[in-house]
Amino acid sequence: MDVIEILMSASFWAAAIRIASPLIFATLGELVCERAGVLNLGIEGIMVAGAFAGWIAVWAGLPLWGGVGVAMVAGMGFGALHGVLSVLFGLSQHVVGVGITLLATSLTFYTYRVALPEVSTPPKIEAFQVYEIPILSKIPVIGPALFAQTPLTYLAFGLAGALAWGLYRTPLGLAIRAVGESPASVAAQGLSVAALRMGAVIFGSGLMAVGGAFLTMSAFDSFFFDMVNGRGWICIALVVFGAWRPGKALLGAILFAAFDAFQIRLQQTGIGAHVPYQIFLMMPYILSILALVLMSRRASVPAALMVPFNKGER
Amino acid sequence: MRLEPISNPTLARRVVPPAVAIAASFLIAALLAMIAGGNPFQVFGLIIQGALGSKFAILETLNRATPLIFTGLAVAVAFRAKLWNIGAEAQLYMGAVVTVVLGTGAVAWPAGLLLPLIVVVAVLAGGILLLVPAVLKTRLGVDEVVTTLLFNFIFLLFVSYLLEGPLKDPMGMGWPKSARLVSEARLPRIVDGLRLHWGFGLALIAAAAIWVIDRFTTLGFEMRAVGQNAEAARFAGIPVNPVILKTALLSGGLAAMAGFSEVAGLKGSLTQDLSPGYGYTGIVVAMLALLHPLGVVVAALFVAAIFVGADSMSRAAGVPTYLADIMLATALLLTVLAILITKFRVRRD
Repeated sequence: MDVIEILMSASFWAAAIRIASPLIFATLGELVCERAGVLNLGIEGIMVAGAFAGWIAVWAGLPLWGGVGVAMVAGMGFGALHGVLSVLFGLSQHVVGVGITLLATSLTFYTYRVALPEVSTPPKIEAFQVYEIPILSKIPVIGPALFAQTPLTYLAFGLAGALAWGLYRTPLGLAIRAVGESPASVAAQGLSVAALRMGAVIFGSGLMAVGGAFLTMSAFDSFFFDMVNGRGWICIALVVFGAWRPGKALLGAILFAAFDAFQIRLQQTGIGAHVPYQIFLMMPYILSILALVLMSRRASVPAALMVPFNKGER
Repeated sequence: MRLEPISNPTLARRVVPPAVAIAASFLIAALLAMIAGGNPFQVFGLIIQGALGSKFAILETLNRATPLIFTGLAVAVAFRAKLWNIGAEAQLYMGAVVTVVLGTGAVAWPAGLLLPLIVVVAVLAGGILLLVPAVLKTRLGVDEVVTTLLFNFIFLLFVSYLLEGPLKDPMGMGWPKSARLVSEARLPRIVDGLRLHWGFGLALIAAAAIWVIDRFTTLGFEMRAVGQNAEAARFAGIPVNPVILKTALLSGGLAAMAGFSEVAGLKGSLTQDLSPGYGYTGIVVAMLALLHPLGVVVAALFVAAIFVGADSMSRAAGVPTYLADIMLATALLLTVLAILITKFRVRRD
């Protein structure tokens, strides 16, 4: 199988969209937080918590969408904690974020061990199934890639559109963008900076958790400890790469996932036999760093990102 | 709500919140232990006994504290200058790799020369590994949190490649592990017969050295100035970017020492699971120590005691060891909050 053949195959593009889906959720979640001025480094841990919460809820008998809801609520809980510490108390967003990641991850692993003691292989659930959209899924290449996915993938794409509309076409979206650029002027408008930022962090964290849940409920059907494996950090790079815009972030996630799907297939070709597999596994992380470097000159960082706002202080 | 700085905090204001924070993290852990079906008094009893209950336990705690002192110092030095080094894990492995490359027979020097050589090269290599994200930060404004985090994943994969390729032990029966160090490259024990190696001594020396640098040298002053207000530091004529790069070299070097000390002092060879996240735990250690170099030693001993104690508690009481990680994460979050409350009054409006 050579390179052209890989790029032309429908299964490759279908895989790329599948790999992109959790990244889209989490990247959009991080994007909402950062647009409001809060860097949420809790993302990695929140994804772990979401992956576990959704999966265990379904395993305990909830319907699949109920599991997605549970994951979202779990993520929002950690988001609320992040918000209280970083927004209300204005603590260092770096330290709070790393703390939330450590807390969410260890709490998840602890709960796993308590809920399922002495289990060597985690139980499987009945995960989301592929839903083929009639007619559209019959289009060659694009059809199987875009229109023969699980419902969560469709939700991810819908969400990107909804967020682009919400952020740029509604008063609330304007307020959220403004609070990330100039919180003082938002306060002068009589709006609550704290409420807007808290809301954005809680909502964004919920999305990150759904991204994690995609892994256990759609991509796979079980929970493993190293499941998220740095995807959260990659999403932070994707937000920068997407210049803090939902549409560009969506494209960035797909591009990134396509590259990831490509390296997996490349491993099985003649090239793969000569190059150590670790090099392939490194590619997503190296690509993220390259994306950050490439975009560093052009990126339009929200002006008040990582700047806490204390009312009455000037 | 609104935060109001307190100009002259009372003694109670400065002491009570941190104490409450530590107590609260214990309380949360007790609650979680009960959920897992353990008796909290028994659980904490077992943790203390497991960490300090015997000569073996105390030595184990000191050994466990050694890498944490190094990574804690690495993080403290960097965070003081507001260089957010979350990549101590990768720098630790860099130190370990250098130790194995030089210490498995490639350099046939006596111990008195070989050990200093390994230390110098390991420190330089670890420093350079952090220099890359630091340069990306100073030159291009790329956030070092994400790059150092991503470096961890890249470097661990690189170590995995080395252990299955060039550094693989030919006598290792196919396991991905390096050859054993020659005896000249091993750190001796501090006291014959006691299972405590000189890595611990080096860690204490490093902490003292960092304290001296911080307190009595221009570099220490410059690093603090850059951390507190880079703009003001620049205005005062401090070369901000060079100071950040020097900080990176120092921080990365300290983290690499953790890897050197683990391989040369404790394990004798390199495996993929050399560090159970010492680089990340170093962040908790540094924050609990309020980024003070001597405080890092105390915090590392505390954290190591909890980890060692939790291991033996888990075997006896059946409560998962992750309880220790939860305790440390809550302690981290609550301590930073407590420190804020010592300096600010929370006002409702």
